[in-house]
Amino acid sequence: MDHSGRKSMQMNQFLTKIKISLKDFFTEVGEILLFAADTIRQFFVTPFEHKELLKQAYFIGNKTLPLITITGFIMGLVLTMQSRPVLVEFGAQSMLPGMIAISLVREIGPVLTALLCAGKISSGIGAELGAMKVTEQLDAMEVSATKPMKFVVATRVLATTLLVPVLVIYADAIGLIGTFFAVRIYDPISLTLFFNQAFDSLGFEDLIPATIKTFFFGFFIGLIGSYKGYKTSHGTESVGLSANSAVVTASLVIFIIDLLAVQITSLLFGL
Amino acid sequence: MEKVIEIRNLNKSFGDLEVLKGINLDLRRGENIAVLGGSGSGKSVLIKCIVGLIKPDTGEIKVLNQNLNDLDKNQLDELRQKVGYLFQGGALYDSMTVRENLEFPVRRTQTSNNKAEVDEMVHEVLESVGLLGAIDKMPAELSGGMKKRVGLARTLILKPEIILYDEPTTGLDPVTSGEISDLILKVQEKYNTSSIIITHDMKCAKQTANLLKLIVEGKFYAEGTFEELRTSEDNKVNAYFK
Repeated sequence: MDHSGRKSMQMNQFLTKIKISLKDFFTEVGEILLFAADTIRQFFVTPFEHKELLKQAYFIGNKTLPLITITGFIMGLVLTMQSRPVLVEFGAQSMLPGMIAISLVREIGPVLTALLCAGKISSGIGAELGAMKVTEQLDAMEVSATKPMKFVVATRVLATTLLVPVLVIYADAIGLIGTFFAVRIYDPISLTLFFNQAFDSLGFEDLIPATIKTFFFGFFIGLIGSYKGYKTSHGTESVGLSANSAVVTASLVIFIIDLLAVQITSLLFGL
Repeated sequence: MEKVIEIRNLNKSFGDLEVLKGINLDLRRGENIAVLGGSGSGKSVLIKCIVGLIKPDTGEIKVLNQNLNDLDKNQLDELRQKVGYLFQGGALYDSMTVRENLEFPVRRTQTSNNKAEVDEMVHEVLESVGLLGAIDKMPAELSGGMKKRVGLARTLILKPEIILYDEPTTGLDPVTSGEISDLILKVQEKYNTSSIIITHDMKCAKQTANLLKLIVEGKFYAEGTFEELRTSEDNKVNAYFK
């Protein structure tokens, strides 16, 4: 085969690979959307699995609270320490509490908490459901008509949807406490004055969109973990792959939702 | 005798791999059929098609006179309560105790929500499989044979008319295998069930089945009683009896 023939063959192979990748990607997007629709439908089917929902909510909170506490505190501390020199240069250090509060509430708090939850919760759900799939527990529920989509998936997705916003608010609060400690290192500011300055700079246009997007973060963290676990093919190796894939996909989806949320907020509030 | 399962011209492929090729099968009330065949011959796929876990490409499956192709999800769930399925490893829910494993299908399918009634049902089926003492144990504390017994108890609690056994004696020692085979017969007698038993274990097939069917490369290759197949001169059939 001459040089140009080989080149055209390589080009064809490359195009075929892209075609297959695109097909796989859109197939998976379609499957996730169908899975999401089925999950949402299960939210409204009675009887409600309130015991399992509470159990899952407890596990999610229990699993992530220490991590979020430490990360939130350090986040506020570091953000303040790094921003202060620039503000001091302009003589605007008094704006520090307000500026950090806006950064935390609008962006850093929700995204960082959601990413931590993706790493901790989504992977956990992916691995748990993957193991249940491999050991045929999900099939056993299916054949005994006990609706695993309702008992296993819907409860976990609803728990993450409701819990992630709470965890984000908690992370924001801890972050602000971290900020207070960092400010106190340099300036003798009282806790009341600090929080007055922080909350004065926050408006509903900061709080509402930021809170709404966290429900979407929570929904997709639970959904993607459940989807990846539910679709695990047989074999213990695939359980690990499902957990890993759940973290990667959920993190990617968090950034996409955040991007969309920023665009929508800009359009609605001109921020 | 009334047919409880009728399968006509069932085909199933995974990609280019044809697993089932034109399968026909009739299971009559009170009958036990053992399906024999090598690994990957499509035995498990066949019973997964019967409970709708796998959707066949073409063909017709009638269970208790209901055509699976005509059923919506709710109707399929209703039918599934009449068809028990014993998984190879028991498939017990590992986050629940034995008691919770048994209560789970009863409460979720609304068979009963009365605590005393559910307790009685749990005790009755556990007694049937001889494991009443393990009621508060976690699945991780049970042996392979015990897991299968609990799996069977969980199947029985919904009082199925048909039970599908997926390799019920695989991975068990000869004594426990014999006990499970005895249990299959005991269950049939007590609960008046009809069964399809997927197995490699010829002792189990001999002890439990009225009819044996050999599946080779996705098709039924031979069928008959244990003695008829044992004395067959066909090498493919003989191989299972050596």
